[in-house]
Amino acid sequence: MQPVYDWFREFYERTGINLTFIYDGFDRARMIKGFWLTIELSIITIVLSVLVGVLGAWLQRTRLKPLRAAVDGFVSLFRNTPPLVQIYFFYFGLGFMLPRVLDPSTGSMVPLITNVQWAILSLSLFAGAFNIEIFRSGIEAVPNSMIEAADSLGYTRTQIYWKIVLPLAIRNSLPALGNNLVNLVKTTNLAYAIAVPELMYVSKQIWSDATNVREMMIFLLIAYIVLVQLLVVFLNWLERALKIPGYGQTEGA
Amino acid sequence: MLRFRDAFTPLPFLGASATAVRSWRQTQRTALVVLTAVFVTSAAMAANGGQPSIFSILIKWSPLLLWGFLFNLLISILSMGAGTLVGVPLGMLQTSPVRPVAAVARFITQFFRNAPWLVMLFICVMLLPFEIRVFGLRIPFPDWVKAVIGFALPAMANVAEIVRGAMISVPSGQWESAESLGFTRTQCVMKIILPQCIKRMLPPWMNLYSLITMATVNASVVGVNEMLTLTAQVHAAEGSRPELLAPLYAYSLVCFFIYAYPIGKWTEYLERKYQVKD
Repeated sequence: MQPVYDWFREFYERTGINLTFIYDGFDRARMIKGFWLTIELSIITIVLSVLVGVLGAWLQRTRLKPLRAAVDGFVSLFRNTPPLVQIYFFYFGLGFMLPRVLDPSTGSMVPLITNVQWAILSLSLFAGAFNIEIFRSGIEAVPNSMIEAADSLGYTRTQIYWKIVLPLAIRNSLPALGNNLVNLVKTTNLAYAIAVPELMYVSKQIWSDATNVREMMIFLLIAYIVLVQLLVVFLNWLERALKIPGYGQTEGA
Repeated sequence: MLRFRDAFTPLPFLGASATAVRSWRQTQRTALVVLTAVFVTSAAMAANGGQPSIFSILIKWSPLLLWGFLFNLLISILSMGAGTLVGVPLGMLQTSPVRPVAAVARFITQFFRNAPWLVMLFICVMLLPFEIRVFGLRIPFPDWVKAVIGFALPAMANVAEIVRGAMISVPSGQWESAESLGFTRTQCVMKIILPQCIKRMLPPWMNLYSLITMATVNASVVGVNEMLTLTAQVHAAEGSRPELLAPLYAYSLVCFFIYAYPIGKWTEYLERKYQVKD
């Protein structure tokens, strides 16, 4: 790899385009770490937020009123407040109230929940609140005629739910769910604000040291677009794989 | 007219929409209870003898904090306005039968939709010039105007996507029957597709506005003097006591909640009203 590094160093001397995160060993190491942390944050929060969404949408259908009300309250609270303030509130506000624990490896007192964990927690709850609504409206958007038809064919309520409503509801929810998950991946960089060393934070450190703001900005944009594009490709594949002819817009119309 | 939903004994999974009115009141109550609980708990934690109470601190700084909040709202309205003005034509161009036009519009939309808002904000604030000279006329470009551009670009792309999504979500039968009735494409779009789209677009458009409003606090990261920046300054002015952080941030949460909650409820109402059930 050394020739590549040398080439980029020389590239900087020739053109003034300073890509320290490629040729400088220290910057390269922290950039790789930051990139992985962003991927980790994305995957963990996607999984957790979908779980929150499924669980919440399911709880909203129970007969227990207080439970339904609690889910509704959770959804409105997290949907209607800024995620950045939520992160601050969790990390600074609540983090301060939690006790510190002894870290056996270093022998020092550390916070019970680290900033990375707070970021995961608050981002999952934020995106999860949206997912609950998405799954619910997906279920509600199933045409009544479908239910009517199934009913007249002698399906029981349970059968209608599992065989007619749910499969269609998943397809109804997919575009909105995809949007929300894409937004979530792009929102993981809010963790920057509480010093989680992810892609954005590392880039800021590098451009502070090497004063290559422009290069880092363009790199960040490309990096996130690649990450998001990967997710979009996966979601599009999923949408196509689940497509039913005649339901929704047909291709080429 | 008796709808199927009304005639039929409510199925368990249709319960939510049937009891919508009741659950709305319930939601309101729950939300209020949750917020009050958050607020009172954090305030109680912060209250200790000798120091001024958290409530007096919040009341003292309210004018400043609320001024910051108004600034957030101004940024959100300007961004959304600009984003919509450019986003609607961009969305319509994406469904154009002229391939290259559709492709370019699609590319622009995808690019700005995929770029993270925080990165877009950083780019606009750090790389745009602080003033523009046009024919010897100097137009200053303060940070908050750059922030507005930073929010307007993703808003534009998302509006475009909403428009496109609404247009293609109109059942293909509508396009086909319009065509067979002899409508030209323009007539079809203007008279058949768009009227149905506006109803479909309004709720997601309002959701987007809500998201933009929530994102305006990100401007604090790049140093715009909005509510969250002012909150940090108030915290410093009060001696940086860590126990003040929770109530101070709770105060911001409450402000945004009071503003965004009615919008969200109105959106839900419109969604229900415009629901096309066949």
